[in-house]
Amino acid sequence: MTDQQALFDYLLRLGDNSLILGQRLAEWSGHAPILEEELALANIGLDLVGQARMLLTYAGEVEGKGRDEDRLAFHRDTKAWRNLLLLEQPNENFAKTMARQLLFDAFQYLQYEGLSLSTDDRLSGIAVKSLKEITYHRRHSSNWVIRLGDGTEESHGKMQAAIDELWGFVPEMFDMDAVDEAMTEAGIGVDAAALKPAWDDYINGMLANATLTRPEDSWCVRGSREGKHSEHLGYLLAEMQFLQRAYPDATW
Amino acid sequence: MVKTLDRDEVTTILALVKDPEIPVLSIEEMGIIRRIDVSHGRLQVVITPTYSGCPAMAVIEEDIATMLKLHGISDFDILTEISPAWTTDWISPEGRKKLEEFGIAPPAGKARGTLLGHQTVACPQCKSTNTCVVSEFGSTACKAQYKCKDCLEPFDYFKCV
Repeated sequence: MTDQQALFDYLLRLGDNSLILGQRLAEWSGHAPILEEELALANIGLDLVGQARMLLTYAGEVEGKGRDEDRLAFHRDTKAWRNLLLLEQPNENFAKTMARQLLFDAFQYLQYEGLSLSTDDRLSGIAVKSLKEITYHRRHSSNWVIRLGDGTEESHGKMQAAIDELWGFVPEMFDMDAVDEAMTEAGIGVDAAALKPAWDDYINGMLANATLTRPEDSWCVRGSREGKHSEHLGYLLAEMQFLQRAYPDATW
Repeated sequence: MVKTLDRDEVTTILALVKDPEIPVLSIEEMGIIRRIDVSHGRLQVVITPTYSGCPAMAVIEEDIATMLKLHGISDFDILTEISPAWTTDWISPEGRKKLEEFGIAPPAGKARGTLLGHQTVACPQCKSTNTCVVSEFGSTACKAQYKCKDCLEPFDYFKCV
């Protein structure tokens, strides 16, 4: 594995995380429980898609095979995607969407805080910019998890069930493979495993505020770094990539 | 005839380009224009996005190009830079005044350190500081929704980032 290959893989993971979660949030358009959340979810999704555009553009340049952001977004099938399994999980209900968001926002905040200090100037520039947005995202999801967890019996039950259902997707965020290690060593990437204590602190605090119980660590799934995904990603891509599949290479 | 480029002239021309989503402000007052460079015989205009996903960027580029061409300048590049990251601190005092007159509460204070805290936001209508957040996200990425508890008007607040 060359340094360029590792950097490409690393940028692809970051970009795919943002794009897939952004696409999931966009699915709420027209379906959110209240108008304010309709706007909030679309705004957060837009921030994520914006991050993905910068990251995938950069990834394509590093790869040097002429793939731009659109090529990477619309011309890859499931096995070529590198987003965390957590992020492709369906929205289902508002509690589950907020649980998924909090678990990732808390991680992404720490990850981008680290990336802000990357020795790669372009990546650190993207991280500094994105971190301002992520700060808002994390505050939004934290507020909702507390509000629903410490709310009615019904909202508490749904919030707890959502956290329980998604807990097995958490360990994958902190995995380190050869790409992560090469990037960490080069000062470009972040040691994800080292973020776990700070993530635990934040999440434990939020769960306590929300009167929710931290689930036991039991089952867990992983595999996104090798392109092994849950069945949900295929359906998501079928919708997101519809236009390019039906009309290949169509442009505005 | 080839026009000799003058930085001040270009600045005056670009001051005519409005923010497509907040048309009361120019992109200069928004702090979107980072640099105007005429030193290489070819004009370079460097702009920066407010938010990563700001959908107005493409329109802003088009508007800059249209405005320059209208004034007889056809030889130019428009470049986008994201670093240093845009901050509301770059919105000019004049811009803040115009925002408030338009009914949008300008960002309160300096961006540094206030991102995580809640700051006092004054109602752009009655100036009362007895206001509350309705939602951290509003009609565009850069705004939040507030309500005045005295005059009861809902209003947009330009987030301090």
